[in-house]
Amino acid sequence: MSERVAIIGIGATQFRSITPDVSYKELMFEAAVKAYEDAGINPRKDVDTFVTCAEDYIEGTSIFDEYVPDQLGAVLKPMHTIPGEGLHGIATAFLQIKTGRFGIAVVEAHSKASNLMTPDGIAACAQDPVYTRPLRLNSHFIAGLEMNRFCHATGITRDQCGRVVIKNRGNALNNPLAGRAALVSLGDFCSCEPVSCPLTELDIAHPVDGAVVVVLASEAKARALSKNPVWITGVGWCNGSPNLEARDWVAVNYCTRAAEMAFRMAGITAPRNELDFAEIDDTYSYKELQHLSALRFCGPSEAGHWVESGVTTTTGEFPVNPSGGALGMGHMYEATGLARLYCAVEQLRGTAGKAQLKKASRCLVQGWRGVPTASTAVAILST
Amino acid sequence: MRAKAGVKQTPEIQYAGTGLSSKDFKEGKILCTRWTADAKYAWDAGIAIGKYLAGFKAGKILGVRCIKCGRTMVPPRAFCEWCFKTVDSWVQLRNTGIVNTFSLCYVTWDVKRVKKPEISAVIEIDGASKGMGIMHLLGEVDPNKVRIGMKVKAIWKPAAEREGAITDIKYWKPY
Repeated sequence: MSERVAIIGIGATQFRSITPDVSYKELMFEAAVKAYEDAGINPRKDVDTFVTCAEDYIEGTSIFDEYVPDQLGAVLKPMHTIPGEGLHGIATAFLQIKTGRFGIAVVEAHSKASNLMTPDGIAACAQDPVYTRPLRLNSHFIAGLEMNRFCHATGITRDQCGRVVIKNRGNALNNPLAGRAALVSLGDFCSCEPVSCPLTELDIAHPVDGAVVVVLASEAKARALSKNPVWITGVGWCNGSPNLEARDWVAVNYCTRAAEMAFRMAGITAPRNELDFAEIDDTYSYKELQHLSALRFCGPSEAGHWVESGVTTTTGEFPVNPSGGALGMGHMYEATGLARLYCAVEQLRGTAGKAQLKKASRCLVQGWRGVPTASTAVAILST
Repeated sequence: MRAKAGVKQTPEIQYAGTGLSSKDFKEGKILCTRWTADAKYAWDAGIAIGKYLAGFKAGKILGVRCIKCGRTMVPPRAFCEWCFKTVDSWVQLRNTGIVNTFSLCYVTWDVKRVKKPEISAVIEIDGASKGMGIMHLLGEVDPNKVRIGMKVKAIWKPAAEREGAITDIKYWKPY
């Protein structure tokens, strides 16, 4: 149980709003080939275990794990699919390697969002059938409720949430994978249609297609195969109560618990001082601010000032989502957290190109499963 | 309930809650909630399936060949799952094959019992590697006479009715 675990390979497709030229299998295959090339491995010989993250409702195919092995090189190998965030997959593969029974593990997640003809209808299936569905409300209403209560309790303003969008979509201009890069200004929010007040269309990370594959290895394998391993020093995950009637809309304690679990494992006591940057969930603009405080980087109302005064920009004291986040790269369902991790690894390797931060040796990555969930996973990465 | 003579009577257990009967449901005494899922999907066919289905529309069965393991695969795929290698060597296969396995289905897909069975079969396509087949239906054959190893040929829909789907072949019949 003492061996460390490293990331030795990453692969991703471009993240685009539509990908009619390839099937979801071909999309996954492209990311897998890139990741295996990056790691310098042959999946048929070298990989011991595969973990994929997918939700049957999103795929439109029941028992989706059946449709995975071919395009990952996983035929007749140990593999399973988790209906969870991509970072839940990272935590699972991490634990599998920690058992000492597996040397190399592969984690995959993807999105073929453009193939969902009724995304709102599918999202509604996640609502409680007795308490919530009969009200027939669009699922974004849950984010509207949360944003309203969160801003009310913390004093965070509509403009501060808007600045998250401006920052992240702007950051995405420097990220060649990103599908939602744009120059946005606060004025754009004045003319933007509300979705579920105070949430507007611009506050929502829009879905894109894409796939991400990550190769993990034990310390012995990583030392033998990789010149630039990125170490996973901590993982954590936690679920809160799904109850919409009595959940804490402000503090999202499940996120704090997940972070504390990862911090404990990594031996981190002062996250803000010990980490250089963070790639965190921004499925909705306010979520980045909410997660910043839930992850113990700042106080509940401080996050708004941070984004306003430039602390979280790429040249700020604590950059947040230099990749562009989900707002700038696009939302990829279960692959959203893996996209954050992909970009964090690029930063730690010093290969993030125009998005490269000056100081990037330790960071936190976080994923959230979206509305209506209270489900999150966290990983701490280090050079 | 009356105890039978000589049989030890089990004391009646009082469970919490109220038992339900079908009468309660009929009389509307039970809260019922109905939900029709609005879940519609499309699947981009992509490179391999797209070309395969275009072949069907043209009345051709196409396969791919992996130059590493030498397999000729049908239905085609963009990569060989054994070698984990991109494949883009396309070959036209024949309209004939042999029955690898079959089953006489006496219930339809929506579980209606039928007297005349539907005959599902995996047909190994001539020109493809051994064991490579198409999942399809047999027709114009006495169900009792279907055998594993039977030679069959594709019966295509008329060209004007073909739409680039696996149902462009109506069924396979012995020849």
